Amino acid sequence: MSGVFVSVGSMMPFDRLTRAMDEWAAAHPGIGVEIQIGKGEYEPRHARWVRKLPLAEYQTRVETCALFVAHCGMGSIISAIEAGKPILMLPRLAAQGEHNNDHQLATAKHIGVRPGLHVAADSADLKVRATALLADAGGAPAPISRFADPAFTDRIRAFIES
Amino acid sequence: MGKRVLAIASGGGHFIQLMRLQPAWAGHQVSVATVDPSTRTLAGDVPFYTFRDVSRADWWRIPAAALDIARILISARPQVIITTGALPGLIAAALARPFGVKSLWVDSIANSEVLSGSGGQAGRVCSQVITQWPHLSTDRVQHWGSVL
Repeated sequence: MSGVFVSVGSMMPFDRLTRAMDEWAAAHPGIGVEIQIGKGEYEPRHARWVRKLPLAEYQTRVETCALFVAHCGMGSIISAIEAGKPILMLPRLAAQGEHNNDHQLATAKHIGVRPGLHVAADSADLKVRATALLADAGGAPAPISRFADPAFTDRIRAFIES
Repeated sequence: MGKRVLAIASGGGHFIQLMRLQPAWAGHQVSVATVDPSTRTLAGDVPFYTFRDVSRADWWRIPAAALDIARILISARPQVIITTGALPGLIAAALARPFGVKSLWVDSIANSEVLSGSGGQAGRVCSQVITQWPHLSTDRVQHWGSVL
């Protein structure tokens, strides 16, 4: 796909993100927007949407979209980094019932600072950043190898073999 | 022949992180278990199982998930369990522990300020708990590295 691909994550609803990007789609009718809404209640009226894509199709969307927007979850982040695709994220907030704690804010603080990763403060900021990043995506995330650092997996191997 | 290893995780980022650890068990007899059948492609040519998911938010699903996981344990007969969370990985470790199965809890890289809820419990169930953040390591929770 050439437009905007949005993923809210599969484990819990995140209607604030779905609604914000559906509103953004309404304001940008010429740009294709597809949202994977997971377990959300809100069904987009302007963007195309799907509950959950099979992994291979999800990965293809991430690789080929013009802009990838997601919650601040590690599946989305690692998928973006592996695809070398910039990612715009809105962290889930415990106060809004979007997760059981605020670890996505911590992820934004500790991992969201990497090149190619962008964190929005709220829905309004998300929409502004989406428009800006679509015009200029900036640098891609630094490429990583397919597997974790061998020093790490070697220690796990030693645990298995001990 | 190597060890029988069960690599188990819930969906989403938990499973993506688990799959980045695959070199750790290369050459051993690994089975992989998760919730989304479409993610089988990441696991390669190994026995692949799925189970009904559960989290603390829908704790009433624990019996169904535990039943599925018990069946997987009976089929895969692991000697070692490696999990990147969440609650289902803890259930697997708890069910297998009485049979002398050792287990490693790799707390998700998403937990960069405090250990996850299940990770906090994992110390009582798993043989070893590790964090992916050096500043969260303690004498009991070690830091060996991270998936990124």
